Amino acid sequence: MTAAAAMSDPQTGPLLAVTHLCVEFPTRHGTLRAVHDVSFEIAPGEVLGVVGESGAGKSLTGAAVIGLIDPPGRIAGGEIRLAGRRIDNLPYDAMRKIRGREIGAVFQDPLTSLNPLYTIGAQLIETIETHLPLASAAARARAIALLEEVGIPAAAQRIDHYPHQFSGGMRQRVVIALALAASPKLIIADEPTTALDVSIQAQIIQLLKGLCRDHGTAVMLITHDMGVIAETADRVAVMYAGRIVEIGPVADVIHRPVHPYTVGLMGSIPSIVEERDRLTQIDGAMPRLDAVPDGCAYHPRCGRAVDRCRHERPDLLPVGATRAACWLARG
Amino acid sequence: MTDALLTLNDVARTFDVSPPWLNRVLERKPRALLKAVDGVSLSIARGETLGLVGESGCGKSTVARLIVGLHAPTRGTIEFDGAMLAGAGQGAGAVQRAARLGMQMIFQDPYASLNPRWRVADVIAEPIRALAPATSKAEIDTRVDELLSQVGLAAADGVKYPHQFSGGQRQRVSIARALSTQPRFLVCDEPTSALDVSVQAQVLNLMRELQRRMGLTYLFISHNLAVVHHIADRVGVMYLGRIAELAPTRRLFASPQHPYTRMLLAAVPDLAMTGKSRTAVAGEVPNPLAPPSGCTFHPRCPFAADRCRREVPGLKDARGGGVVACHAVEENRL
Repeated sequence: MTAAAAMSDPQTGPLLAVTHLCVEFPTRHGTLRAVHDVSFEIAPGEVLGVVGESGAGKSLTGAAVIGLIDPPGRIAGGEIRLAGRRIDNLPYDAMRKIRGREIGAVFQDPLTSLNPLYTIGAQLIETIETHLPLASAAARARAIALLEEVGIPAAAQRIDHYPHQFSGGMRQRVVIALALAASPKLIIADEPTTALDVSIQAQIIQLLKGLCRDHGTAVMLITHDMGVIAETADRVAVMYAGRIVEIGPVADVIHRPVHPYTVGLMGSIPSIVEERDRLTQIDGAMPRLDAVPDGCAYHPRCGRAVDRCRHERPDLLPVGATRAACWLARG
Repeated sequence: MTDALLTLNDVARTFDVSPPWLNRVLERKPRALLKAVDGVSLSIARGETLGLVGESGCGKSTVARLIVGLHAPTRGTIEFDGAMLAGAGQGAGAVQRAARLGMQMIFQDPYASLNPRWRVADVIAEPIRALAPATSKAEIDTRVDELLSQVGLAAADGVKYPHQFSGGQRQRVSIARALSTQPRFLVCDEPTSALDVSVQAQVLNLMRELQRRMGLTYLFISHNLAVVHHIADRVGVMYLGRIAELAPTRRLFASPQHPYTRMLLAAVPDLAMTGKSRTAVAGEVPNPLAPPSGCTFHPRCPFAADRCRREVPGLKDARGGGVVACHAVEENRL
């Protein structure tokens, strides 16, 4: 419905529209569906948080958007549109032009995202020259400006240093500068602060938030840390076993969660403010991809499951301010 | 403290990270000594949980390794349950071995700390076989079944291999292995950091239950302040090998004294912070090979004065309980 609106008018539509996305992995024991019928939109300048436990499919959803699903994995269905243009079926070379130019990426470990054999300047200038029509002197000037913008002191000297000469937090700043090099409209940030210490994490979150506000860049922020989401995101999508189970404004999802999984997830997070004797415990573990139960995938762990949950899969439908996939939420 | 189970007195550990001899001679490079732990004194009472927090490289894991004997301290003494484990007056080998039966360690990554080629029952039985070789096979089997059920696994799970378990279940196996020698004291080094939050909640709840049931004492090391807030009775905050502040949990989180503690607490993202912005603290942990003079926190500290640059602050009693090492707090400048 909204995807159709975006098609007819790319100016006012969402920046990113993902509809019914499915990602599959063929294996010896049959095909595994890691992402199942996932639909969401990101408006220009919006920060969408995607949370879930390991294996929920959040990173794969991000990888699908940026066209980086490793074979034999493949997008088995659905559409991904960037500013109205379909990008999930583009040939490799066309996607390469979009990657970096229109969609930037920041990954978890800054040490593995940077090439240890090149100076950070060489890596930045390469990215800038690939995507922007700039001469090398201008590209270098832009690289220094980018490094200053992400808060690297003495950027004009530091540009000729190698990644190992930077600390973890500084390296992640360089990676953010790389993602911003061609002023993309969307950044996919996959666990950008997970490898960092808390004080550095706070600095990076602030930086990312400030830059996106100033440049009007939209962010898909993938993380398992609800605290980071609470502080950064405008809306949040909660994923479980390859599907979105709840999506809505961040304050509603965190403080008034609807889906029992979201309720459990929020209760299981220890807080530095309140004291609790026991944390809410969700018994069991997320099902393996080859053994996702019928009906609602969460029903074996759900304390409130009724018969319908075991046989029929709930759709993601509006409940109050959010949308949730739960039979109980609909009364 | 009268009923201390473990006491560390001025414990320090220096690592030699010098370049090889030839490089030192040819390139005239100096020797490099890394003070990973620099004069840590603390004591843990019976049945208590002491949390130890700090950023990477602050020496919290080295403290854990010193306590369990994986490293020997360069200076200072470690006393456990009346036996001197390290330092002056160190007990004989037999005394030490007996004392070590009373302590075990749980590691961070349950994917790396369990041998993938061993069945879980053997993993759990190994400490018993090593430390109490006289135990009969039947006794060991009963004990393993008992341990598995204590940590919430089925006795039948003993024949499985580690890869057949999820991360949370593997950490349960690590806990069962640690409990196999019936220790009084567990050193837990980031036991939930590799786990998802819902699984982390399961493991934290289990650790609390076991503590209540068996009267265990924990040293709980983590970089996650919320987890430490939840599990610990007292919390020590480390910075570059020294303790900056050590206080009862409630006091530390309600009214942190040391500027570093304040900074750490202010940096934690919390659900209550929805939609709010914060002022992040500038700067990073300095290179431990060349720590700043005086109070090592002074380059990042908004309250640093001349004295902080010259003089190392000692731990002094703090308002509301606990101890804090800060000139500014001592001089009432905060």
